Amino acid sequence: MSLDRSDVERIAHLARLQIDESDIPSYTENLSSILNLIDQMQQTDTSGVEPLANPLDAVLRLREDVVSEVNQRAALQSVSPAVEEGLFLVPKVIE
Amino acid sequence: MFDKTLAELAEGLRKGEFSSVELTQAYLERIKNEDNRYNSFITVTEEQALEQARAADAAIAAGTAGAFTGLPIAHKDLFCTQGVRTSCGSKMLDNFASPYDATVVAKFKQAGAVMLGKTNMDEFAMGSSNESSFYGAARNPWNTDCVPGGSSGGSGAAVAARLTPAATGSDTGGSIRQPAALCGITGLKPTYGRVSRYGMIAYASSLDQGGPMAHTAEDCAIMLNVMAGFDPMDSTCLNREVPDYTATLNESLAGLKIGLPKEYFSEALDPQIAERVKAAVAEFEKLGATVKEVSLPRTELSIPAYYIIAPAEASSNLSRFDGVRYGYRCENPQDLEDMYKRTRGEGFGAEVKRRIMVGTYALCAGYYDAYYNKAQQIRRLIQQDFIRVLEEVDVIMGPTTPHPAFRIGEKNNDPVSMYMEDIFTLSLNLAGLPGMSVPCGQVNGLPVGLQIIGNYFAEAKLLNVAHQFQQATDWHKQAPAGI
Repeated sequence: MSLDRSDVERIAHLARLQIDESDIPSYTENLSSILNLIDQMQQTDTSGVEPLANPLDAVLRLREDVVSEVNQRAALQSVSPAVEEGLFLVPKVIE
Repeated sequence: MFDKTLAELAEGLRKGEFSSVELTQAYLERIKNEDNRYNSFITVTEEQALEQARAADAAIAAGTAGAFTGLPIAHKDLFCTQGVRTSCGSKMLDNFASPYDATVVAKFKQAGAVMLGKTNMDEFAMGSSNESSFYGAARNPWNTDCVPGGSSGGSGAAVAARLTPAATGSDTGGSIRQPAALCGITGLKPTYGRVSRYGMIAYASSLDQGGPMAHTAEDCAIMLNVMAGFDPMDSTCLNREVPDYTATLNESLAGLKIGLPKEYFSEALDPQIAERVKAAVAEFEKLGATVKEVSLPRTELSIPAYYIIAPAEASSNLSRFDGVRYGYRCENPQDLEDMYKRTRGEGFGAEVKRRIMVGTYALCAGYYDAYYNKAQQIRRLIQQDFIRVLEEVDVIMGPTTPHPAFRIGEKNNDPVSMYMEDIFTLSLNLAGLPGMSVPCGQVNGLPVGLQIIGNYFAEAKLLNVAHQFQQATDWHKQAPAGI
């Protein structure tokens, strides 16, 4: 599996990662070699094999639908880049 | 004092040979004087450590001390520590002082431990060399031109350099066992779900597991007694009884059945490491164990399966770093998309970006079945191989790594050759099994690790096996030159 420049640009956009123009060739090369490594697994016949998501096949626990969280808004927002009156500030989204 | 194990330090504290404050001051002083050679700590928490040490001394005087009271440890910098920077080795979290404690951190606090600081690591635990850290590479105390391994490289280096008697680590594909092997210390990756992941910054959630790194199996048992157990805050943490891991350390190994997977002794393995591992196995035979060859035929497939599953989960987990709620935000964003892209482009290093992109690609519409689903199917096959072998033998043994520590910079530009170093450790995470690395010799003055793999929840057995080996050998007591 070999990627080209436009693949890398598309993936970087999907992942919301800015990649410097000058770094795109090395990402293209590295990602292609990683995907070649990964493609080794395509040779294995896995038909009928149940995918393993949790090593112990455990399912998520359920709990009673009751309030369990205390309000920690001030503490959690104390590490935020920009907040005002309890709200997170981001660049203007709606004109 | 710096060669003492946790068990010996605990005894010294109990007998009043030294106080926890004296002990803590000695280690803090040593970190200050020595760590410029190893770069094993990102943050040293001197004030808090001394405060915890004073409280521990008061508890010892009052007779309310527990097994861990007053013992110094360090935490890998992906465990959230309230009010203390938790960087995960990344520029993204350089300014992040966690508002809460990870469960593992809280349990150690509760047990009266003294936290000396936070250890260096590969950025977001993605790496096998500690070179991807925003804070620079940690160095191997056995040869400071070499890597300490990763991702828990700072923990490995700090313990090996006797800057702390023990440290926590986390293991997603070998990140406890590989640095333990390369630094000549003892490390344990528990069964998936044995130790809470709450407050442990997520890399690949279905593979991540925290565990102890120390000089001896006994010390790992003492730490696991604190770390293990159910936590309602982690939805995958299992509600199963936690034994006293120190209680069974002295059981005899007579009749122990050891399996040696033939695939672990392939051409990829340095022949000198093979020799050291086989010598260690011979030691177990002297202790009454029997050895047979077994087969784990899908060992090689663990690399491609891991490098789909881990990046896929990482690409999802790391989407939370968006510059909105915590961590780094780029200067003067033009609009929301610009803020996301520049925050993440500037905040993450190259290896993290590579893995996010591999994961994003694998999870793209149309590729899911060919990549993620296929990898999860292979994961099942790998697990089935282990289950089959562990019906025949009690433990599986082999090398932890194919080579001893490599030189800093040697594999920097070739991610695939770095990934191949994980060949013997990845499969355990895919299967969720526990494994240890124990020092078993040296090659060219660099330590070699013996990997011991057990069945689900067989941590007590692994620790017993490793402890008995350490009663018969002294590889775990070897220290780097000048230390």
